[in-house]
Formats: sequence, structure tokens, C-alpha cells
Amino acid sequence: MGMWRRLANVFRGERVSRELDEEMEAHIAEAVAQGRDAGAARKAFGSQMRLREESRDFRLMGWLDSLRADAVFGWRQLMKTKMTSVAAILSLALGIGACTAAFRLIDALMLRPMPVRNAERLHVIAFENIGPMGKMPYDSCSYPMFRQMREDAKDQAELIGVSYVDRIDLTYGSDAQMEKEYVQFVSGWMFDAFGIRPAAGRLFSADDDTEPGAHPYAVLSHDYWTRRFGDDPMVVGKSFRIGETVYQIIGVTEGPFTGTETGTVTGIFLPMAMKNPKTLASWNNFWMRTFIQLKPGVAVGPVEERLRATFHAIQLERTKTLGRLTPQQKELFFKERMFVDSGAAGRSNLQREYRRPLEILAALVGLVLLIVCANVANLMTAQAAARAREMALRVSIGAGRWRLAQLVLVESAMRALSAAVLGAMLAAWAAPLVVGMINPPDDPARLALPGDWRVFAFIAALSLGVTVLFGAAPALRASAVKPVAALKGGDDPQMKGRLMHGLVAAQVAFCFLVLFVAGLFVTTFERLTHQPTGFSSEEILNLETLTHQPQPPELWEQIAQHLREVPGVEQVAMTTWPLMSGESWVAEIGVNGGAPSDVLSDVLAVSPGWLDEMKIPFLDGRDFRRGESYPNVAIVNQAFANEFFRGENPIGKTFETMDAKGTPARVAIVGYVKDARSRDNFRYPVRATAYVPFSSMGATGAPEARGRGTFVVRTNSTNSQATAPVLRQEVARARPEFFVSNVRTQAEIVRGRTFRERLLAVLGLFFACVALVLGGVGLYGVLHYSVIQRRREIGIRIAVGAQAARIARLVTAELFSTVALGAVAGLAAGVVAARFMQSLLFEVRATDWTMMALPWAAMLVTAAVAAIAPVWRAIRIDPVEMLRAQ
Amino acid sequence: MAKTDALQGALDLLVLKILSRRPGLHGYAIMTAIQGMSEEVLRVEEGSLYPALHRMEEAGWIAAEWVTKENGKRARIYEVTRAGKKQLGMEEMRWEEVTAAVNRVLREA
Repeated sequence: MGMWRRLANVFRGERVSRELDEEMEAHIAEAVAQGRDAGAARKAFGSQMRLREESRDFRLMGWLDSLRADAVFGWRQLMKTKMTSVAAILSLALGIGACTAAFRLIDALMLRPMPVRNAERLHVIAFENIGPMGKMPYDSCSYPMFRQMREDAKDQAELIGVSYVDRIDLTYGSDAQMEKEYVQFVSGWMFDAFGIRPAAGRLFSADDDTEPGAHPYAVLSHDYWTRRFGDDPMVVGKSFRIGETVYQIIGVTEGPFTGTETGTVTGIFLPMAMKNPKTLASWNNFWMRTFIQLKPGVAVGPVEERLRATFHAIQLERTKTLGRLTPQQKELFFKERMFVDSGAAGRSNLQREYRRPLEILAALVGLVLLIVCANVANLMTAQAAARAREMALRVSIGAGRWRLAQLVLVESAMRALSAAVLGAMLAAWAAPLVVGMINPPDDPARLALPGDWRVFAFIAALSLGVTVLFGAAPALRASAVKPVAALKGGDDPQMKGRLMHGLVAAQVAFCFLVLFVAGLFVTTFERLTHQPTGFSSEEILNLETLTHQPQPPELWEQIAQHLREVPGVEQVAMTTWPLMSGESWVAEIGVNGGAPSDVLSDVLAVSPGWLDEMKIPFLDGRDFRRGESYPNVAIVNQAFANEFFRGENPIGKTFETMDAKGTPARVAIVGYVKDARSRDNFRYPVRATAYVPFSSMGATGAPEARGRGTFVVRTNSTNSQATAPVLRQEVARARPEFFVSNVRTQAEIVRGRTFRERLLAVLGLFFACVALVLGGVGLYGVLHYSVIQRRREIGIRIAVGAQAARIARLVTAELFSTVALGAVAGLAAGVVAARFMQSLLFEVRATDWTMMALPWAAMLVTAAVAAIAPVWRAIRIDPVEMLRAQ
Repeated sequence: MAKTDALQGALDLLVLKILSRRPGLHGYAIMTAIQGMSEEVLRVEEGSLYPALHRMEEAGWIAAEWVTKENGKRARIYEVTRAGKKQLGMEEMRWEEVTAAVNRVLREA
């Protein structure tokens, strides 16, 4: 009999019985025909029913049949205890959903292979340099380095170069129709190597990536094609312009491939060779990543060795071109290490920044799930105790132990299954929500989060694990029931109490750990956001502006003047890029003709009035005057004075630096200002910064034209964002060759620096609350149960005159010692765990007593609140009624 | 195979042997065949025969089908499958071994 037929039999029990009957009747008829007595023949079968059951047992999968019965019974059981079942399923759904969401994020960002051919054979080159801040990983190199490495490894592997994805302004029409899209420069042979075919037109070949500037072609990703053009095949042949270069669209990729930078969806691919020729030729401009596609049968080890040798040779060569390096710098330079990482899941900074946070979040939600499991297990244990008589009866009439365990496990599985379905829905909603919190709204991270077999398998495995976790203890208990003891009504309450208290202790420990970690993150976020920036971002609007061709400083000033006349505008100044936008220009500084420093100074070009507008106060000296230009004068901050002038007032002193062209220049310090944060990272002290004039002097002595700058506008309205569209238009109206690429409030930029910390703090806080509520519910449940168990004892005690306080102590003493035990365990775990997240914390240590006191207090309050109702019930027990009822 | 003790093995052996010689017998015919061939020494209870038949069907040693007889009544007839033939060989061998062993004990004790 086939498996299918057996399965079918389970649900066709009736028909099977009929067939058996028929066969028996045929037998009896035969016997009678042969001359036997009908009654005797029938009797020979013995009890017909027994025979049928015995036969049927072989024909049906008895187990599956009993499972069906258990499921029906389990459903009735769940219906009987609706409220608790709903609570259990909802809390399980929350736990499973949160874990699934965390898995989906981690999978999408770090594990899921890119949709390319042989992704598992893909690797990526990474480096590690040892700087003043310790080991710093990076993964970029220059184009000549890439070419050299490709040449050297060509027998064993194909190397594919890709630029960092950039959000670039481009237009399909006039300047007024500028739009932004994510653009990635890629090696011409990438599509071939990745096995990606065109959905329209053709893709790049190696020939499109030979001579710099020779092939202004573009390939669109399928995603962008759908998003921007609605899958219009006529798009092939169209052209668009980026800066001065006009690109022609030659094709569209097929499939879900959207570039190699996980977390960013690339819309447009350009050939590597179309990158700025200066950039392509430079050995020191690190702007691209290198993927390695191993040839079949080649191991990664030898390729890594090979490339290391090349890298070392390149480093040696580069020390010559870099010029003046101190022996110490040289040593560090040679300590840089190259290694090969897996590249199957793509490579992005997002992965590096969010690996740890996501792992920690996953651990937090895992703990929450464990708390839920402990709750549900306790609930079911209590229920199992209430059903001890039923179980005992089943054992007495011959049910097997396994059968009883199965009965309870089926109920658990039904809970877990409903919870898994709800959890999957929750995850489907929550995962994109968290992705949305990763980056600022104007530059969102996009992760493919398909709900495929990976997610399904994860949920299935998780539900199974959860079923075992919370179902095993009650199932074993049910199967271990002693019929005689249970039917007499005198079960062994001590043992049950131990199990429940053990679960409570574990629960409190997990809860404490979640609270503790959340506390660390919230404090970190708090401390970071309260770091002084040294400038005022209120009502500041930054208009990041580009020009078609570089424009002379007078024209920039002309537009600033035009903007000053717009209603609602109070002040307008200019700089290269907004403060804390993450962009920087650094320079070596030499003092008194000495060697240039190891420490670099930030350099920021600003127009007169900018310091005043940003409310950066002067300590001494003056602002720039009109007509002053780089590199003649500078204004420096306190960190600069401390670093290069031992903290002395630097007014009237000079320093030496190299200008943008690499010519040495002597700069006079005319102003001395307080520290303000120019870079993006709140975790480091404010850097030495030299402000230089916005207009710079070219080699000929004439003012230099510039193609990029930022108008910093202070408005008089609190909602400065509202004036943004007006200002954007005004810039274009003043001079058509200028266009505003991006408008951001300064507050938004500053906020953007703590996005990751905010995410951790918000989610940490959320899960801390969830853990606390669940922990409270768990404590309440156990206490409630123990009061009911001991009501006879309590009644007697009250009858003989025990005070309310004494009863309260009696009821809660054991619980509070369990809570204390759990909290100590949780704290120990927390201190250990904090070591693994040190890099994410700021000015907060795991051993701070405040960090420990907060979760302690929260736990204690929760336990107290949870105890109120059961204690009240215990005190209110009426001894007379109690004793009569029993 | 904990269930296949000596007696059950004997019943299986008899049923398989009879069905391998005369395929297409129904339950009653198998019962009478055992009875007749053993000259009334061996009597098989209906209560053991049918469970055994169904068990062997479950194990895949015999196959059953419903047929309509000339008198218009339906009957369930059985025949030995390929796996059943193999099983029969093994059962026969084991039977020989067991009876030989028993005989040896009877002779030498």
C-alpha cells in the first residue's frame, strides 16, 4: 500500500471500515455455502469490532489518525481557554515576527547571494591599515592598482572593478529637469562574468571599457527601467547628460541585479573607462572596489597570495611617489594588509556599519522570544496541572505515555503554527520599516526582502524550535503523571513549583539583559545627540549647488546677493559643502618652516559672514574680507591652535601647506574661533580646522572658477524647509547655469549622523518595553498560580490569625528571591555582552552603576506591580468559605 | 521485526506458501486450504487470519483485489508479490532451521 493511500485512509476511515465488513461478510457467506452454521461462522470471528480495530490498525497509519484526533481535541482545548490562548499566540507571534524580521534584514544585507551566476565563486578584495585609531578596514583601491592586480591574477581569476555607487544629478532634457539617480561605474566585462543578459538592447562588453572617455554608453538596471520608464523598450538609444558628458543608453539588464552595493539599488551603469581620466590615472585616488571571480577549480588561497605579492610591490612603488614620509609613516604604510573576503552577498558600507547593530538586535529579539517561550511554557504547565486528572484518567484507561506527550505537543504546535502565520505577517510589515529607518529619507536604503523559501524555512525551523522549547516541559510532565496520586488529588506541588520558578528566573535574566542593553543604547544616543556641535543649525538651509561649467567667484557672490533679497531670508553665505555632511578636505600643516605634521587639518572654504551666520564665535582676530582669497589667509579653531601652536593665540602667525595643485604656500592666520564640528563623527573630538576664503587664487593670480558650492541660508521662519522650493527656483532664475542639486536643513544633516544609534535606541527601547511587559505577565502568572495552589494553607494561616503583611511576604518571598537571582545572572551576562558592542557605545560603560540600577529598578517595579493582584487575592481569602469548600 | 515471533511466522509462512502455489484465493479459501492440506491438524482462527493478511498486505508481501465471482458476490482475493516471494524463501529457510534445531534437541536430550 502506498504512502498516499495510507494517508488518504486516515481521512476515509469510514470506507475502510466498510471494506473490512464486506470482506468479513463474504467470508461468512462462503462458510455457509460450504455447509457451516452461520451463527458458528460469525462467532468464529470473535468480537467483530475487535477484529476490525486490529485490522484497521495495520491499514491506517494509526499515528496519523491519533494526531488528527489530538488536533481536534487540541483545538477544543484552545477554544476552552480562549483568552490565555490568544495572549499566548499573540506574544509568540510578536517574538517569532521580530526574530523573522531580524533574520530577513540580516539575510538581505549580509547572507543572500547576489543574483549573479556562480555567486559563491565571487570574492572581494579588502584592506586593513593601522592608523592612529587602530586597525581600520577599507576596501577601496585606485584604478591603476586594479589593472595591475587584474593582469597578475588573470590565469586564475577574473577581476571586476566597480565604483562606489553615487547619487548623481543627470538630465534627459534641459538643466531645469535635473533628477538624481544611483550610478555605478563598472568594468565592461562585468555583465558577461555575472551571466547577466539584456532585457532590451545590449549590455557592455570588454570593448566598451578600453580607452578613457571613448565609449559614453549607459546600461540601465531593470529596476530603474521599470521605475522611471515603465519598461518602455524605446528607451534604448535615448541619451542623458551628467555634467558635460552625454551618455547614450544602449540596453537594459534582465533580472533582479541592481549593482554590487547591497542596500543601494543602482539605476545606471557606466563603463569604468568613462570615469574622469585624471581619476583613472591616479595611483593614490581610491575610489573603487574589486571583485574576484575565481576560474573553475581555482582555490581562493593561491589567488590571495598572488594578489598580496602584487599589492606589496605596488605599496613599495607608491612610497616613492608619495614623497615625504617619515620612517614611522612608512612603517605603518607597509603594515597595510590585503586580504580576500567573500563577495557573494555584494559589498557595501551599509554592511560594515550595520553588521554589529543587526546582530545585536537579532540577539535582543531572540531573548524576547525566549521570554515568550518561558511565559507560554509556564502557562501550559499550569494548564497541564489543572488537567492532571484528565491525564491520569487517560493513563488509567490505557493511553500510552507517548500518546499523552503527543497530545500536549500537538497543542503546542497548533499555538506555534498560528503564531508563525501572524509572525510572518508582522515581519513582512516590520522589516521594510526598519530598512526605512536606516538612512535619511532623501537617500533611503533599499534592500530586496523577498519572502521566499529561505524566509519560509527560517520561520518553520523557528516555530519547530519554539514548540519544543515551550512544549517539551509540559509534555514531559503530562506523560509523567502518576494516575493514582493525581486522581486522589494530591499531586506533588513542590516539583511543579521548582520548574516554574526556574523558568521565571531565566525569564528575569533575559528580561534584565534586554533592559540593560537597551539602556546602553539609549544612553549612547542621548550622549551623542547632546554633544555640542559648536555651531547653530537652527533655521539654516543648505543649498548644495552645481554649475554646468565652473563659474567665477563673482557669479557665485551675485547669486548669494540675489538670495539675500528673497523674503524670509536673513543671511546668506557660501561654503564648499555643509558642515557635518561627511565630506572633507584635509591638508598637511607645517609650522615655522618645520616638517609637515603627522596630524592633518581639516580645511573648509567659507565666504565672509559664514562664521557669523553659523554662530561660531571669534576668540580673537577678524572675519575674511571681500577680495581675500585662498591660500593667503586663514581662520583657525582652538583644536588647530592646540595642535600646532601649543594652545597659544595664533593670530599673526603663519603656517605652510600645499594648495590644491600641490604648490607649497604660506598662510597668514587672521582669525581665531571656537571649535565647531566640521566632520561627521560625534565619537571623535573636534578636529583641527582651518577655514580659508571661498574664492581661491589660480596659478595665474586670477580668481579660480568653481563648479560646486553651497549657499548657506538662514531664514526667519521656523519651518525653513518651506522656503526651500522658492530658493531653489530663485537660484535658477538668477543664473540658468546654476542648479540646486540638494536642499537640506542643517538640523537634518546633524540628525543624520546619529541614525544608526537612533535605530538601536528606538528598537532597543521598544523591545525593552515588550520584555518588561512579558516578564511582568510571567511573574503575575506564576504568583497567581502559586496563590491558588496554596489557598488551603493560606486560609488556615489567616484562620489562626496571620497578619496581611505576613501573608503577602509568604506569597512573594520565593518569587522575589527568584527575581533577584535572575537579575544577577542577567547582569553578569550583560557585562559580558557589552564587550561585544563597545564599538557602538559612546561615553557609557557597562560597569556604570546607573546603567545597572535602571534595569534593576524597572525589574523591581514590574515585579511589584505584577504581585499586587495575586497578593490582594491571597489576603482576601475567606478562611471559612475556603475550608468549607475543600 | 519484534512482532514476528515463531507462531506468527508459521502462519505467515503457511499463507505465503499456499498463495504462491495457488494465487487468487480469498480468505475463506486460504483457511480451508490450510485445514485440508494439514489434514485438519492445523486450524486457523478467522480472528488471526485476517489481521495477518492485512499485516502482510501492509508489509507489501501480498496484494489484494476485489473481484466479482460468478454468483455475483464480491470477494477479496490475494496473491503473493515479488517481495512476498523473497520473504517466503526466508521464512522457509528459517522454518527449516528451527525445526531442525527442535529435532536435534528432541533427539539428543
